Amino acid sequence: MVERRLVSGNYAAAYGALRARVQFVAAYPITPQTFIVEHISEFVNDGIMDAEFMRVESEHSAISATVSAEATGARSFTATASQGLALMHEILAIPAPLRLPIVMPVVNRTVAAPIGIWAEYNDVMPQRDLGWMMMFVEDNQEVFDMIIQGYRIAEDKRVLLPFMPNLDAFILSHTYEPVEFPDQEDIDDFLPPYKAEHAHLWPDDPMAIGVFTPPEYIQEFRYQTEQAMQAAKKVIKEVNDEFAKKFGRDYHGLIEEFMTDDAEAVLITLGTVTSTARKVVMDMRKEGKKVGLVKLRFLRPFPKDELRKIAEKVDAIGVYDKSISYSAGGPAFVEVRNALYGMEKPVIGYLAGLGGRDVRYSDVRLMFEKTLEAAKSGKAEKELVWIGTRGVQP
Amino acid sequence: MITIHDLPKENLFTGGHTACPGCGAAILVRNAMKVFGKNTVVYTPANCLLVFGGTYPYVSWKVPYHHVAFENTAVCSAGIKRALKKTGREDTLVVGFAGDGGTADIGMQALSGAAERNEDILYIMYDNEAYMNTGIQRSGSTPYGAWTTTTPAGKVIKGKERFKKDVPQIMIAHNVPYVATASIAYPNDLLTKLEKAKNMKGFRYIQVYATCPTGWRVPPEKTVEVAKKAVETGMWTIYEYENGKMKINIKPKLDENGNLAVPVREYLKMQGRFRHMTEEQIETLQNWVNEKWKRDLALERALSE
Repeated sequence: MVERRLVSGNYAAAYGALRARVQFVAAYPITPQTFIVEHISEFVNDGIMDAEFMRVESEHSAISATVSAEATGARSFTATASQGLALMHEILAIPAPLRLPIVMPVVNRTVAAPIGIWAEYNDVMPQRDLGWMMMFVEDNQEVFDMIIQGYRIAEDKRVLLPFMPNLDAFILSHTYEPVEFPDQEDIDDFLPPYKAEHAHLWPDDPMAIGVFTPPEYIQEFRYQTEQAMQAAKKVIKEVNDEFAKKFGRDYHGLIEEFMTDDAEAVLITLGTVTSTARKVVMDMRKEGKKVGLVKLRFLRPFPKDELRKIAEKVDAIGVYDKSISYSAGGPAFVEVRNALYGMEKPVIGYLAGLGGRDVRYSDVRLMFEKTLEAAKSGKAEKELVWIGTRGVQP
Repeated sequence: MITIHDLPKENLFTGGHTACPGCGAAILVRNAMKVFGKNTVVYTPANCLLVFGGTYPYVSWKVPYHHVAFENTAVCSAGIKRALKKTGREDTLVVGFAGDGGTADIGMQALSGAAERNEDILYIMYDNEAYMNTGIQRSGSTPYGAWTTTTPAGKVIKGKERFKKDVPQIMIAHNVPYVATASIAYPNDLLTKLEKAKNMKGFRYIQVYATCPTGWRVPPEKTVEVAKKAVETGMWTIYEYENGKMKINIKPKLDENGNLAVPVREYLKMQGRFRHMTEEQIETLQNWVNEKWKRDLALERALSE
């Protein structure tokens, strides 16, 4: 029977690892991720989770052990946030070219300086180029579902890349929402045990994983990793559709569109701000304003074709970012505009909620209003708009 | 005790590797793998062994072999061991072979963490007393006075100004099941310790003195002779720590007053890396060795009961 409980985003992630029958977990505490490893500690010590559980001495060691355990052939899991993710950076570059399908949720939190603990994407954005599939969830149900789907996608032979679901600090990690947990039997049916045929460290079938490699070969590793990332687009959609059929929740794959069909202006969002944006769209529609919403679920693989299709039917596009690449703009904005190269549609980047500041209904409404103005006039007044910043006119 | 004659013929670390002539690390690894056998998984960090042990698509390893990065030998080895347990291969030995830089310096955090958790791995540090793979830079394990490319023999400062870090004692302080020091110049002692450690459970640490002819400015044929002289002069003490007890296995010659009989000068003069040392520096090092030897004896006495 489907179990429905009120849980935090962190619990949903931890319980996802349990239900995915993860065999190895490396754990290190960091706010606001800590509850994930605390919950797993309870599952293991209560005997309801059968995993090797390694309480390591840093995030660098957490991801190192997770990579090696996955290379050995065990379904492996760890979780982190912020400074911890930054400390992992070196090792984050390892699993994709070695084709190790780790799943690691990241609770997005600001990276110092200034030091803070609230939601910002300046922890995850610097990790974009390392070969991880990266997606942003909107609610706690999606946290749980994407741990399960994550392993299924990552372990698919056409993909074999690590998978990183991102959830907003506190807004999801520490907030309780009703979440449905399907039967273990049904999850097992959807996610069979991991068969480490291509990479394992077993004396009965010796293999070298991580060999010193000269330039004669490294470029092919890069090309194959790129091919795998491209292949993931199709696999993500397939897994989404199968999940939807089996469990009744459809996330639509790489992106989710909301009222985009006849929209003049759309806003592209990542993470929890999407929920606020849905409400704004519904209200503005009532006022006869033709706006729509695109939830950018996956940043890697990047849904270029899907976004171009949307751009064809609208007159202007706004992109919300919760972090900035200094002098270049918000990372999502830069990537969307790049994907739309040659399309001659105004694209506006909005920066709000940096460092975890609340992104209010009125802030999101302003993003839609400005994008709609650009749709009508055919040009963006400003390329980059800071919203809710002291002394700065949006 | 096992000797070199007891070892099987088959190499699990095969010929064709690209180590320098006289490489102490290569001597260690080739013989150690004969002791360990096929039911072994090896981890190496970024070091000479990573490079000379195989360049894609070739490797000298005939057992599963893994590399992730530089500073995580202990934790990656532990991750492998735990995952092997989970995939039904609990009896497989996991060995990490790291150098002194990867152990005494950048790898110390992961090493200390794994030791504290008593991870079931065998950690072998081959100590050639500098970052040799990057071209002979000072490490925490470089001895006093030694020339390296980051402690050059300058007009004002000549060689390393600090003394060698005592990693085995740091490991003993973690109270792990087994800590040993050994040398490629004493193969029977070395192989016996490797065999013993192979069959133990929990965290085992062996630090093996391994000459680097290239970095020490020593002719390759002198590799073993130099290593022997290190023990004779007290520069390197060979002992083991097991079940809370410490025993010095090979004792250097002492004079009638109980002091070290062979002066460090005999060791220094064999190596180009010490050529620049002044009389004052040699005396400083001799005093340090005398004190270190006294401390080793005192530790043995204190930890003998």
